[in-house]
Amino acid sequence: MEESSVQQAHVNAPPKGFLRKYVFSLDHKMIGKQYYGLALAAVFTGMALSWLMRIHMVWPLAKIPGLDLLSKAGAPGGIITPEYYLSLMTMHGTLMVFFVLTNAPFAAFGNYFLPIQIGAEDMAFPRFNMMSFWTTFVAWAVLMLAFFIPDGPPISGWTSYAPLSAVGRDAGPGMEYGMSLWGISIALFCVGSLLGALNFIATTLDLRAKGMTLMRMPLCTWAWFITSCIALLAFAVLLPACILLILDRHAGTSFFIPAGLVISDRMQPHSGGSPLLWQHLFWFFGHPEVYIAILPSMGIVSHILINSMRKPLLSHKVVIYSMMSIGFLSYMVWGHHMFLSGMNPTSALAFSFPTLTITIPATLLTLMWLGSLYGARIQINSASLFALGFISMFVSGGVSGFFLAQPSIDIYLHATYFVVGHFHMVMGVASLFGVFAGTYFWFPKMSGRMMNETLGKLHFWVTFIGTYCVFMPFHYLGLIGNVRRYQSFVDDFMQPYIGWHKFITICALITGAGQLIFLFNLIYSRFKGEPAPQNPWNATSLEWSIPSPPPWNNFGDKHPVVYHDPYQYGVKGSKGDFVMQDSPEQVIVSGD
Amino acid sequence: MGKLLAIVLVIIALASAYPIVTHMFVLPQDISTHGHAIDEQIKETMLEAGASFVAAQFVLAFFVWSFTGRKEGSPLKNFPGGAKVMVVAAFVLVGTEILALGVLGQKAWATVYFTPPSPGAIQVQAQAEQFAFYFRYPGPDGVFGATHPDKIDEGNQNYFGLDPANDVAARDDIVSGELVIPVNREVQLLMHAKDVSHSFYVRELRIQQDFVPGLDLSLHFTATQIGRYEIVCTQLCGLGHYNMKAYLNVMSQQDYDKWQKEQSAQ
Repeated sequence: MEESSVQQAHVNAPPKGFLRKYVFSLDHKMIGKQYYGLALAAVFTGMALSWLMRIHMVWPLAKIPGLDLLSKAGAPGGIITPEYYLSLMTMHGTLMVFFVLTNAPFAAFGNYFLPIQIGAEDMAFPRFNMMSFWTTFVAWAVLMLAFFIPDGPPISGWTSYAPLSAVGRDAGPGMEYGMSLWGISIALFCVGSLLGALNFIATTLDLRAKGMTLMRMPLCTWAWFITSCIALLAFAVLLPACILLILDRHAGTSFFIPAGLVISDRMQPHSGGSPLLWQHLFWFFGHPEVYIAILPSMGIVSHILINSMRKPLLSHKVVIYSMMSIGFLSYMVWGHHMFLSGMNPTSALAFSFPTLTITIPATLLTLMWLGSLYGARIQINSASLFALGFISMFVSGGVSGFFLAQPSIDIYLHATYFVVGHFHMVMGVASLFGVFAGTYFWFPKMSGRMMNETLGKLHFWVTFIGTYCVFMPFHYLGLIGNVRRYQSFVDDFMQPYIGWHKFITICALITGAGQLIFLFNLIYSRFKGEPAPQNPWNATSLEWSIPSPPPWNNFGDKHPVVYHDPYQYGVKGSKGDFVMQDSPEQVIVSGD
Repeated sequence: MGKLLAIVLVIIALASAYPIVTHMFVLPQDISTHGHAIDEQIKETMLEAGASFVAAQFVLAFFVWSFTGRKEGSPLKNFPGGAKVMVVAAFVLVGTEILALGVLGQKAWATVYFTPPSPGAIQVQAQAEQFAFYFRYPGPDGVFGATHPDKIDEGNQNYFGLDPANDVAARDDIVSGELVIPVNREVQLLMHAKDVSHSFYVRELRIQQDFVPGLDLSLHFTATQIGRYEIVCTQLCGLGHYNMKAYLNVMSQQDYDKWQKEQSAQ
């Protein structure tokens, strides 16, 4: 290990010069922060898009000041057109799923803390790491470019179903250049994520400090490791799918386009392809992607919950094995997105069973969190509030999965707001709660300053109650058959329910505005926050054994040695009710 | 603040359950022969999922209430039985739920997808295109004329690309923008997409099925109530997606026969 590239990366003095330090940095901590910054930019853009969509849906003639400057065709006079609504929706989904839910909990926190938590100086391949971020950054820039070209962003949704996505200009506005930018952006994103996943796996397997056995790794490191394994297989399938899509669009191939299609009065010059092929490839990535978004948050929440409960979870191993089972099963369930797609109906049953089965490890995790709360000394702060909120959100978003996993029920609920409510809660909000918890917990370590607790708690209450008010009614609207991806509700039966949609829009505006509290807190605390001690939460894992913020080579010139399991809480230690992982002292279990 | 969180959790659980328990949002009237099984399945799942939801939120609230704000030295306890109880509970409870819902609940799916349409079913071809549905009946001869994509001419209302000049079977085909069917008769829908993917969704009929370009699918159902119902597209198909709809008109057999005659005469 002495000869490893990590040692070489850090063999010299700390990086000098602005570019090497802040831009093309090889340091995993800076790269983690860069990912976080990118996710932050993406999440606020994505949220603004959802505001525009929600406003347009209930007040279709509302004039949005300045929006016509962004797109004259899409929002003439500031009034959003139906097709521009679809553009906003596509960009909202793409930004949130790829650039927020994959970047923030996994790439950002994983990059910053995985090496430190296993006692390494850096990632296994620092140059690859820099490349992952910058590839992802370019992917983001290419996607955002779609807003500024005359064609506008694509209108085919984040799932980009073929043949709509594959035939080019004939498919409508945004489908010529905008769609091509989408394809290139996502292909680049796949490359960045593949490099990142490889790096995480190699780092976890090769660079652990002495004494850091796999079972002694903190739960979030486990979650990032399992997620990397999922990401490696998932993005490896989406990448070729995007390349085939680009070829269909620009090289005259017909992977996803069958013969005899007449689109915009033009006979398409294609034959032999299958739209279902795209759906299979896309969802083979798409479903594991849900777990790429949620697993890191499960790990982060477990890590924080244990710290604020002052006692370990009921079983470290059960949590790890549950996360592994979820990762494994996530590859056998993609067809549940396609029950009504025209694939063989027998396969629907085959996909339904593992989908229902995944409930077992998910329930086990929930029971582990809930059961461990019993008899704890829970300390309430912004981080633990979001961690507890995560459990509530995960349950609420999870139970609706029971409905959608059953093909017969899916006949009625597929493509309704029920589905929208389900995935926003479980994949979107729950996962973001993990990110918020992680931010409040680790900010002191990352910046050397504490975040403002009062603002943090205020942020929690607005977000927790607000997201319930937004996404719970989605389920009810789904039950009455409210169809998704409609820019307005022209159907007669919807008229009595418009009030509910207005309520949702108002709640979404308030909840979104509440996120500005978070942004303010982040910026304010970065510069004016109280200086953070080395271990403000009396935590046990290795990131708390080094100064806040950590020096450029993490552990100075020392090589940490690990003596204990990660969560020695509720014991008699020399510093209090905990013993740190790298402390050679013996763990004495509290007598009381 | 732990106590406040506990109270809010209870309020959220009750407020979320309230609209369901009081039937504020009900499924539209079911007008199909198979829909009853789906509705039952939804009801059963609502009971199980709803109970799990409320129970989990209450337990979370109770534990947060009981175990926050405890003094520094107060003893830590473990849940009686520890992890083993949890593992057994997850496997037994959820396992049973999966079996109950997953295996026993596939009846409705089987009725729609595994039973072939009866030989007497009325055949209607449905074509989905940006942004309309068209329906074609074989006419008095009982035979559909062949379709030719290159002959599609929307301006002349030749939506299917029929060739009546050379094809005798095509001459009496009836093409309609509305799906007209007789009540209590099985209908077999032959689904064809002209351009991109679409979907056929009738809430009251408890039917939803994608149209897939290049893949002609068949769907069958029986409507049991006379009336006019909305058919909407649920697969994002382009800029006019939200406006893509048609109507399902369920008539008595006499009215249906009359309608067929009128259409043939045109």
